[in-house]
Amino acid sequence: MSAPAATAPLLEAAGLTKHFAVRRGLLGWGTGTVRAVDNVAFRIEPGTTLGLVGESGCGKTTTSKLVLGLERPTAGAIRFEGAEVAGLDRAGLRHYRKSVQAVFQDPYASLDPRMRVGTIIAEPLVINERAGAAARRRRVLELLELVGLPERSAELFPHEFSGGQRQRIAIARALALAPRLVVLDEPVSALDVSIRAQILNLLRDLQRRLGVAYLFIAHDLAAVAHMSHTIAVMYLGQIVEWGDADAVALAPKHPYTQALFAAALPIDMDGVREEFALSGEVPSPLDPPGGCRFHPRCPHAMPRCATEEPALRQAEGRLVACHLYD
Amino acid sequence: MAVPVIDVQDLRTHLVTRWGTVKAVDGVSFSVAEGETLGLVGESGSGKSMTCLSLIRLTPRPASRIVSGSIRLDGDELTTKSEAEMQKIRGRKIAMILQDPMSSLNPVYSIGMQVREPVSMYHGLRGKSLTARAAALLSAVRIPAPETRLRAFPFQMSGGMRQRVVGAMAIAAPPRLLIADEPTTSLDLTIQAQYLGLLEELQHRHRLAMIFITHNLGIVSKICDRVAVMYAGRIVETGPVRQIFKAPAHPYTRALLESIPRLGARREHLTAIDGQPPDLARLPSGCSFAPRCPQVMDRCRVEAPPAFPVAPGQTSACWLHATA
Repeated sequence: MSAPAATAPLLEAAGLTKHFAVRRGLLGWGTGTVRAVDNVAFRIEPGTTLGLVGESGCGKTTTSKLVLGLERPTAGAIRFEGAEVAGLDRAGLRHYRKSVQAVFQDPYASLDPRMRVGTIIAEPLVINERAGAAARRRRVLELLELVGLPERSAELFPHEFSGGQRQRIAIARALALAPRLVVLDEPVSALDVSIRAQILNLLRDLQRRLGVAYLFIAHDLAAVAHMSHTIAVMYLGQIVEWGDADAVALAPKHPYTQALFAAALPIDMDGVREEFALSGEVPSPLDPPGGCRFHPRCPHAMPRCATEEPALRQAEGRLVACHLYD
Repeated sequence: MAVPVIDVQDLRTHLVTRWGTVKAVDGVSFSVAEGETLGLVGESGSGKSMTCLSLIRLTPRPASRIVSGSIRLDGDELTTKSEAEMQKIRGRKIAMILQDPMSSLNPVYSIGMQVREPVSMYHGLRGKSLTARAAALLSAVRIPAPETRLRAFPFQMSGGMRQRVVGAMAIAAPPRLLIADEPTTSLDLTIQAQYLGLLEELQHRHRLAMIFITHNLGIVSKICDRVAVMYAGRIVETGPVRQIFKAPAHPYTRALLESIPRLGARREHLTAIDGQPPDLARLPSGCSFAPRCPQVMDRCRVEAPPAFPVAPGQTSACWLHATA
């Protein structure tokens, strides 16, 4: 699927950076900086999905927290509907928080076990909208129908539902305020394999019907490729490749993306896929390697990779940060 | 075919709970030969782990009981062995690698103490030769600077390195059968690829029979020779990996393969399996998959299907294959 014609982006991040100060050493006298997200730029068009992939510690979750306003960026900016989020007044911020919602990985942890499902889904409405009880009730039933749950679910408690149904409840709650962007942080990885397809189908249906945009974060690369219009690949806090989902997933250009998608072990009994096992581990973000952060593990590393940091550049229909494509 | 290292026939492990008897493993049969890898695939609660725990008799007690069946290791019946005899088999003959290396390693003992323990037990080594053997094991799982690493503690190592240590302990004997229960689920993708390569290498070197439990069909296609698909305590389909992926016979296997998003095959809609896995304490009579099966027939709701041979080495437990 190709992204719709470039209009005004719904959300745009430029130079987004988040550093965390940590104490090091036995007595904590030394200090260090974890560069969790370092000069990251991306765009999400209305009604489309940006898939964010990378290994643990690469900054995906910090990025999603920055987007949700749960962390303040150290530098850089997020623009939503053209306005810079950091400069919003109270009303603007309120609008932003209503417009950007989240669904988390574990629906066993994200739903309050003591609240009835109807109350859980209505909570955002109680907090953000001055609607009467009857209107709220109508909206809850509407949302339940939207996510494919029966009306009587509103009277039940979360423990009476299976994992897949709980995730539907979490999705209904995220949609309660008719958001324009939903951050999906590993929305299916806690679910059974046979249930995942149901939830992925539901999310795509909802996108088509409601025109909501997604920031989709997941480990399962095939699922990301299935759901996304564009994919951004992160390594040690930086985006190394970003472009059309098919281009990135099927013909990756950055050596890290190539290794990642080769390691994803597609079920493909015929295609002779190159074995491409990376050596070594992800270095600590406390001390990222100089030059290109991937160069110590890169099979194509050149002398200049150790000294010169590659910029994201247009190459073969996507942006790649690699000296191979200069 | 070679004489199997492990041969399981009609194994039934039941758990007695407040909610009734849970038939966690309900008539499972399979065998694994030397140097062969069997992939045990299924959703959570399908009985994969309970099957393997039954082999080394580590199912939760007192709730669980092996009700019937036979488990033979190199022709030796295990179900009638005493607890003391089983102690000699665990680790030495049948080793296991679990999902989370942080919980299979003791956080307050050094790596050296933990790796030396099985080596001294199995080989009766002491002192310098013991340490040398432990270091050799660490280098066998490609841990750099093994002598230094022996003095490290689990928290000082990354997840991938910890799982390597667990692997080193598992091959200390070396065992005849290695059971790997989702060993790479907690690892990152590129680290997972390294670890799978390592497991294959260890298997070749020691001619291990291996049972690989996973729900990741991509891993199965990479490292397994044969695969057994479990659903609600039973094996619904088994056969060579290629055959199962190219021509799945059981409706559950077919649905499972179709429901998984694949790179390169962009479909607007994934074929989802309706409903959810059954409650093992209240299994439907007949075939357990019947309530979710798109091709369900009247017979399926009454009678549980036996395993029908559908191709060389491939069986499928489904009434669709009944010729009569």
